[in-house]
Amino acid sequence: MSVLNAVPATASVTARNGSATWRLIKAESKLSIRDKVGPLWGVGCPLIVLIILGVVPALREPVEAAGGLTYFDLYVPVLILFNLAILAMTALPTTLAGYRENGVLRRLQTTPIGPARVLTAQLVANFAIALVATILFLAVAGLGFGVDLPRHPVGFVLSWLLASAALLSIGLLITALAPGRGPATAIGTVLFFPMMFFAGLWVPIAQMPEVLQTISHYTPLGAGMQAFQETYLGHFPSAAPLLTLAAYAIGCTIVAVRWFRWE
Amino acid sequence: MPAVIEVRNLHKRYADKVAVEDVSLTVQEGEIFGILGPNGAGKTTSVECIAGLRTPDRGEIEVLGLDPRRDRAELTRGLGVQLQAGQLPEQLRVAEALELYSSFYPDPADWRELLEGLGLAEKAKTAYGKLSGGQKQRLSIALALVGSPRVAILDELTTGLDPQARRDTWELIENVRSRGVTIVLVTHFMEEAERLCDRLALIDGGRVVAVDTPAGLTERARIEQRIRFRPSRPLADHLLTSLPEVSGVTRRGETVIVTGNDNALNAVTTVLARNQIVAERLRIEQASLEEAFVQLTGSRLGSH
Ligand SMILES: Nc1ncnc2c1ncn2[C@@H]1O[C@H](COP(=O)(O)OP(=O)(O)OP(=O)(O)O)[C@@H](O)[C@H]1O
Ligand SMILES: [Mg+2]
Repeated sequence: MSVLNAVPATASVTARNGSATWRLIKAESKLSIRDKVGPLWGVGCPLIVLIILGVVPALREPVEAAGGLTYFDLYVPVLILFNLAILAMTALPTTLAGYRENGVLRRLQTTPIGPARVLTAQLVANFAIALVATILFLAVAGLGFGVDLPRHPVGFVLSWLLASAALLSIGLLITALAPGRGPATAIGTVLFFPMMFFAGLWVPIAQMPEVLQTISHYTPLGAGMQAFQETYLGHFPSAAPLLTLAAYAIGCTIVAVRWFRWE
Repeated sequence: MPAVIEVRNLHKRYADKVAVEDVSLTVQEGEIFGILGPNGAGKTTSVECIAGLRTPDRGEIEVLGLDPRRDRAELTRGLGVQLQAGQLPEQLRVAEALELYSSFYPDPADWRELLEGLGLAEKAKTAYGKLSGGQKQRLSIALALVGSPRVAILDELTTGLDPQARRDTWELIENVRSRGVTIVLVTHFMEEAERLCDRLALIDGGRVVAVDTPAGLTERARIEQRIRFRPSRPLADHLLTSLPEVSGVTRRGETVIVTGNDNALNAVTTVLARNQIVAERLRIEQASLEEAFVQLTGSRLGSH
């Protein structure tokens, strides 16, 4: 009898934990949306930029040394990276460092759920918002302005997953190292601009001086851009950018886990 | 009754400061156990060690038969905690918080009932960041109870609540206790301690000064009774000072103030009757828990 009872009991504990995690993810997604940083700067801002750039005829000229892609074609993946970078490097660390500063993580420590799961929930929430945003950007660029989808979709999805993993783990690293919410936001913002530069936000990578191009390939957003560009041209991305992204993802996660403080 | 919380020789120091020097206490099942002490006495540090949020430097703690650090996961299911400084995300709404937290527990309480009981019903849709201090406090109490814990630790139960909310909270706590929940509460309010607590531990400078019932503590402090009255006819001091029960006589205008032990009142009224003096406006001032506290710890509680 006791053996028979044990099975449903264990099953219900698992189900409960599952539902608690799911509720936590839903709650964190709602909070991320209410917080406005992600939706406004991460989604709204690049979307408006995309639409504005889409109506500038000069940007429909092909970029030299970019395999026939136009300036506007290149802006689509740049803005996808813009979205990922805002969510992962400013929204995520600001929220999590705030949770630590305000004792939210400590409060969760006294519940059966524990604070680690709220980290997971935040990661999932930001990941989901990024996914929706990427689909939205691709749709607007495609339906509104006739930009073709990446010609190697599998390669694109893989690059996108690696780029989000790399950026989210950088976000976790910022959270781990920043002493508080204010510094976390500051570090994220200060890193954002040079990283976006190397993704080609202001000057396409192909037109950068040799040295900057080389540096760009070793930055997370530069590597992400390189991989995206190759998939737009119909190739599976080359090993170098994929390995660079994977290295960032693994390295930053290890350091973040090692140094993470709950209070 | 079995012990639910057992603390032996707890010692905890922060970098440069010993917060808890040596605390031992036992909390029995079903009782409301109060922890009283001046600011910085080590109350929060002690209860945070009991809740498993801090690792003691020395000493043993057992809660529900579990080690708060080693058996964290299991303990959290039976232990509800209200932290002195515990917070929620600013944008999370009251009902959302309660619903979310209740999903963390195997057998949660009805969170809507708690919402009612703590007078938060009309704030259900308000974001945590927009609540007043007292409302945040009430939500924090609700969250400590939402998992139907067997033991609840409440740090500064009613600090920041208005008198009505305080009384309502006391009623709620009495209700919770009547369901057999053991409650440890840290408090600064003597009235609260006297009304709610079965036993109290007085903590001062990181040590337990005394553990007793509220009445026992008052008695232990041996505070003298003070009797004030206006004699109907002039009264010579020596009639009173000669009584062994009386330790002092002072006068303020026409009022005579006699201090003495528990039997002083009897002795004084007997003497007055024998001299056909009526004691007008007779008042007896009982020793309060607050005075006992001051005497036993040699300090004064903050007025908050
Ligand atoms: N995180 C900490 N780091 C260093 N010292 C601390 C820390 N927390 C508390 N202390 C010190 O330890 C001592 C005991 O603090 P504790 O918070 O336990 O007191 P308390 O009895 O709860 O006081 P109160 O009535 O003000 O809440 C205090 O002197 C305090 O300054
Ligand atoms: Mg305290």
